[in-house]
Amino acid sequence: MTDMHLDGNALGALFIDLFGQEMTDQNGCCDACGAVNPFGRAVVYRDAPGDVMRCPDCGAVLIVAVRTETRLRVSIQSLRWIEVLE
Amino acid sequence: MERTAVRGRLNWLVAEVVDLIDETGTVKSIVLDCPDWPLHLPGQHVDIRLTAEDGYQAQRSYSIANPPAGEKVVVTVELVDDGEVSPYLIGELAVGDQIELRGPIGGYFVWTPEHGGPVQLVAGGSGLVPLMAMIRALAESDRRVPVRLLTSARSRETLIYGDELRRLQSSLDNLEVAYTLTRAQPADWQGYSRRVDQQMLAETSWPATERPLGFVCGPTGFVETVAANLVALGHDAARIKTERFGPSGG
Repeated sequence: MTDMHLDGNALGALFIDLFGQEMTDQNGCCDACGAVNPFGRAVVYRDAPGDVMRCPDCGAVLIVAVRTETRLRVSIQSLRWIEVLE
Repeated sequence: MERTAVRGRLNWLVAEVVDLIDETGTVKSIVLDCPDWPLHLPGQHVDIRLTAEDGYQAQRSYSIANPPAGEKVVVTVELVDDGEVSPYLIGELAVGDQIELRGPIGGYFVWTPEHGGPVQLVAGGSGLVPLMAMIRALAESDRRVPVRLLTSARSRETLIYGDELRRLQSSLDNLEVAYTLTRAQPADWQGYSRRVDQQMLAETSWPATERPLGFVCGPTGFVETVAANLVALGHDAARIKTERFGPSGG
C-alpha cells in the first residue's frame, strides 16, 4: 500500500468554509511538538472516513473533518494556536 | 506581500464553456467565462461541481492553468479512466455548456512575478498545470525573474503544453526548461530518459546557494522524492513548497 497523502492545499476550500478566509498560507502550532507550519504544508489524508490533517513534523493529528449530508463536523485536536488575517 | 482577508464562504458560481483545447489524447484544457470571478493568482485551484438529473453531485479540485485574466478561468483536466468527473469533462462537455465552480482556493502554493526569485519549478505529469500558470504570468510580466523548470512526463505524447513551452523558452531569456521522458523517448530525444533523481536535479536546478523559491507539483510519490532530493542538495525545506495530487476518483 502506497502512502497517498496530500497536503494542506487540498483542504483549502474546507478551511475557507471553517475560518471564513484563505488559510493555507497562515500558520498553526502543533500542540504535540511545538512546530509552526503554514496549513498548506500539513500532511492530509482524504481516504479516511473524512479528512485528517496531521503535523508535517511529528504526525500528530491536528484536525479531523467529517461531512454528513447536512453538516460538517470538525474536531480540532493537536493545535496549540492558529493565526488568521485581521 | 501581505494580502488582506477576504471573508466569507466560497459561493458556487456558474461559468460557461467558451473553448475546449486538446492538449494530449487524454488531457483537455477547458476555457471558462465566469461572471463575478475574483481575480486569481498563479498556483491556485478551483472546485468544479457536477449535478446529475437526480440531484446527485460530485466535485473535484483542478489547478488553474491561466494567469489572472478578468473573468477567464482555464483548467487543464486529465482523464482518469474509472473516474467520476473527468470522463464527463473530457468526453461530454461542449462549448456553450454551463458548469458550477467555486474559488479561487489556495494562498500557500502561489507565486507571482512580484514575489521575485530565482524560482525553481519541478513538475510531474499534470502537476505542470499550476506551474504553467506561473510561467504564463512570467511571460506577461515586465519583471524578468529567472525561472527554471524541470518537467517529467511518460512520453512526448503525454507531455502537456510542449509547443508553448518551446516557444516561451526561445522568446524568454529568463526561462530555462529541462525535460525528462520516463517511459518512451522519440529517436531524436535530447532530454533525460529516467525518473527525476538527485543528479538530474543537481544538473538542472538552481544551486542551493542561490536560495531559489521552489515549487514542486505532481503525484505524491514524485513530490516526496523531489522534495527530499532538493533538501539533500542543501535547499531550505521552508523555501520548497509542494502540492501533491492523489487519486481523488478523478
